Amino acid sequence: MTRATKTYLSETVVNLKPSGIRRFFDLAASMEGVISLGVGEPDFVTSWSVREACILSLEQGYTSYTANAGLLELREEIAAYLSRRFHVEYAPETEIIVTVGASQAIDLALRAIINPGDEVIVVEPSFVSYAPLVSLAGGVPVSVQTDGKQEFKLQPEQIEKAITSRTKAMILCSPNNPTGTVLNRRELEAIGAIVQKHDLIVISDEIYAELVYDEPYTSFPAIPHMQERTILVNGFSKGFAMTGWRLGFVAAPKEFAQAILKIHQYAMMCAPTMAQYGAIEALKNGDNDVEEMKKSYRRRRNYFVQSLNEMGLSCHLPGGAFYAFPSIKATGLTSEQFAEQLLLEEKVAVVPGSVFGKSGEGYIRCSYASSLEQLQEAVKRMKRFLARL
Amino acid sequence: MKLTDKELEVVEILSKNARLPLETIAKMVSLSIEETEQIVRKLEEEKVIVQYAAIVDWRKIDGHEGVTAMIDVKVTPKRGVGFDEVAERIYRFPEVKSVYLMSGAYDLSVVIEGRSMSEIAKFVSEKLSTLDSVISTTTHFILKKYKHDGTVFEQGDQDKRIVMSP
Ligand SMILES: Cc1ncc(COP(=O)(O)O)c(C=O)c1O
Repeated sequence: MTRATKTYLSETVVNLKPSGIRRFFDLAASMEGVISLGVGEPDFVTSWSVREACILSLEQGYTSYTANAGLLELREEIAAYLSRRFHVEYAPETEIIVTVGASQAIDLALRAIINPGDEVIVVEPSFVSYAPLVSLAGGVPVSVQTDGKQEFKLQPEQIEKAITSRTKAMILCSPNNPTGTVLNRRELEAIGAIVQKHDLIVISDEIYAELVYDEPYTSFPAIPHMQERTILVNGFSKGFAMTGWRLGFVAAPKEFAQAILKIHQYAMMCAPTMAQYGAIEALKNGDNDVEEMKKSYRRRRNYFVQSLNEMGLSCHLPGGAFYAFPSIKATGLTSEQFAEQLLLEEKVAVVPGSVFGKSGEGYIRCSYASSLEQLQEAVKRMKRFLARL
Repeated sequence: MKLTDKELEVVEILSKNARLPLETIAKMVSLSIEETEQIVRKLEEEKVIVQYAAIVDWRKIDGHEGVTAMIDVKVTPKRGVGFDEVAERIYRFPEVKSVYLMSGAYDLSVVIEGRSMSEIAKFVSEKLSTLDSVISTTTHFILKKYKHDGTVFEQGDQDKRIVMSP
């Protein structure tokens, strides 16, 4: 080659920030006896009835492609599920696309709407993929920083300040990863008013919608006039404990859904067939399993968050997901220092809040999707660590 | 009896793991330790919680592997007391671990534990079959316990997740 390899690479890719989690992953993976509170997925194995349905589909030889949008039976179940659980109505034939995880759903949604230079508001602290996916789609991510003092609840004024003539969309995530914060109906309505006023589109990532513990959940498209400007993203990873199945979906008004389908059919053909058969079972008969898992998370949340507050790491009670996001500012350490020292000295792995955005600095993300025994041991170690500081 | 939501939660938590520290349970249900203790005491007094016991895999202990049998028993119910009288005569034997009245082909299902097959055979022939109202018995020996009271005995349930993910 006459050119350095690097010069062949896309500038966008070269300029993407490496994920801040990577370094901690390598460190934690190289150590023995680590209790990891750094895992962003359920500690439950997928329920047996779902695994069994998938096995049956394989035994029966359902191993070919499905329709690009996914099995119609699954889309019908998704439509029924969205109606039953969240009171939003979508047409299974034209408004629902089955994807490879919520991850692909977000990517598709962004690629379907972004023209070069379009701005997309990303509410931080946020899931690490949003901003890079906006950039890869040719857009410009514009971050809005929510405030720990307000339990990381997005304030409508903050959105207004970030809006320019190039703003096209906003990515909303409630319950939030990493903060666990849930926006209630009133708060979503206030956001909806701004969205309406400035004619924006909302990509609503509701992957944790099943895991809401205190108040009834409101799905963003259930807010009046919002469905027409919402691309709803959801999936099976968190609520149904199906991360490895790589299955999610998009629900959106027909024109958005059909644009998304156009990309999906060229880039992916369809989501994995066997996973789709498992998902049909999850939606048909999974409600009790989800309820049991949710109960278990809620108890662990209550235990863990109270323990954090007692040891001096102040933490709001997160309304959803399975993350606690306590402040470590009182220790005088940065998030990275805290996480690194805690890992090296007490073998407890947490994720520094700073990897989720500027406003995550001074916080750490602890997943309480670990067994109660592990959580109790982690609490013991963290107390010991804090006592030494 | 009607339990409050919190009381019900405490029962559920204890039924899964009776050895959790009171402090942990209190935090899980967002109550004080004293309030939680009060709930537990009430549940015990009302015999909602009947007993705390360990689920033991006796096969692991040399010389204590033991034998369990399930016996289908057909009986003639007695006027006035139905099946209760004969059931009581049977469940009073300490080697009898459980007795259920069943619908279907037989009447009582009796689970019995003994040190050996011959010990159980002796119980059946001498104690059980000789009861006046017992018409017949069919004894099934348990060869292997896979799952007992919701607990899987040999569980390979190590955490398969990667240590850190977004
Ligand atoms: C907020 C959020 N969105 C999307 C995803 C990706 O989910 P999926 O497994 O469906 O791709 C995650 C996973 O961690 C997440 O936390």
